[in-house]
Amino acid sequence: MNYADLKIWGYRRENGRVGVRNHVAILPLDDISNAACEAVAAHIQGTIALPHSYGRLQFGADLDLHFRTIIGTGANPNVAACVVIGIEEGWTQKVVDGIAATGKPVAGFWIEGNGDIATVAAASRKAKEFSQWASELVRTECPLSEVWVAAKCGESDTTTGLASCPTVGNMYDKMVELGLYGCFGETSELTGAEHLAAARAASPEVAAKFMKTWQSYQDDVIEAHKTSDLSDSQPTKGNIAGGLTTIEEKALGNLEKIGKKTSYIDVLEPAEAPAKGPGLYFMDTSSAAAECCTLQAAAGYVVHCFPTGQGNVIGNPIMPVIKITGNPRTVRLMSEHVDVDVSGIVRRDMTIDQAGDALIDMIARTSNGRLTAAEALGHKEFVMTKLYRSA
Amino acid sequence: MGAPHLLVHDRRDNVGVVVVEGLKAGTDMLCVVTEDNSEFRATVKQDVQIGHKVALRDFAVGDTVIKYGEDIGKVVQPIEKGAHVHTHNLKTKRW
Repeated sequence: MNYADLKIWGYRRENGRVGVRNHVAILPLDDISNAACEAVAAHIQGTIALPHSYGRLQFGADLDLHFRTIIGTGANPNVAACVVIGIEEGWTQKVVDGIAATGKPVAGFWIEGNGDIATVAAASRKAKEFSQWASELVRTECPLSEVWVAAKCGESDTTTGLASCPTVGNMYDKMVELGLYGCFGETSELTGAEHLAAARAASPEVAAKFMKTWQSYQDDVIEAHKTSDLSDSQPTKGNIAGGLTTIEEKALGNLEKIGKKTSYIDVLEPAEAPAKGPGLYFMDTSSAAAECCTLQAAAGYVVHCFPTGQGNVIGNPIMPVIKITGNPRTVRLMSEHVDVDVSGIVRRDMTIDQAGDALIDMIARTSNGRLTAAEALGHKEFVMTKLYRSA
Repeated sequence: MGAPHLLVHDRRDNVGVVVVEGLKAGTDMLCVVTEDNSEFRATVKQDVQIGHKVALRDFAVGDTVIKYGEDIGKVVQPIEKGAHVHTHNLKTKRW
């Protein structure tokens, strides 16, 4: 396969980025605006509401992360246009301005002084305009390497480290050198492999930044709150059922996702957009699937590769999540969730190189419009990361 | 090459992963080291589920289990070669 020549049909957005979906998002600033957003999306075809649980009385770094996540989601190239609804004007307008920097159509509405019904009516009128406008946008031919591809694994087992994670790693080894933006995260889940992760940084400065981020998660999150060795949480009960015993074992399998030779060029805050050009990035995230995928989509990633062992069913409302498994039992019992079956690797009738090619082919097909298993099954998990309690 | 019963990541590893369903005690397993495709045979002493680990040598309490050529934790109950290795006899050294 000549990877450099691979093309897909995507949506070239106003800021030059390539999207692979054409959503009109109805985006709540805060939890109490979910009902209005869902009412608009129920009324206007071709739109999608993105309800979530937060946005009130947050402050400091937690508030910064909230804005970064909401603005980043609206700014994602898979979103053609965006309606934002919040309880009041100030923070709603801040989100509108953030998304407008991409050049895409965006409009904000607020409920205080108007009520849900008038707000829904006005927002619906704008959403209809956006939906009809977006429906006439056409896909154009774009290099596959312009599709930003994130990765995170879930309900991992021992086959994840043998087959599905190395498949993603093989894809990154082939595509990142051609200009692909990649992203991996799961800070706590690199525990036991942190020395190997640090060694894959592109420079000593990036390695130091990684170790500082990892140590901070250990000290401020894990050590500050743990009541046991985290058994049943990390590894999860599903991981243990699948044969993973310790966090070290899980971490070593997890890290197979970044391949054999690709190094990461920066360490990102949660939901921070990469700013050092093409390459692989590490993002400081939780290892919970929906939280991690939501942060990666908010950073601008448009396709996700999700290796699973025991069968995590995660999806995302705006970013297609491609499910890859190397566990023959999961293929047999949960085939409706599997996009790329690499169980041939553990039978030794498929090589990692062949599996990587199969994944690249599925990324291209997904970018061209093929619905992933998670999309077809209606998975739209959108989960904000919260750093601490609100004021 | 036939389909293996057990895969081992690295030649330094002292455990392997069962990759077939319904593995029965006493099976003479075909084992493959994925690092170099080398093969060896070993006998499993218990029924072990797909995805679970089998000891490639005897372990005493306090020994370190190696997988991917790396430390994955400490032995907390003695383990015989060919036995199931999991949460009942292996624990993290972290957390």
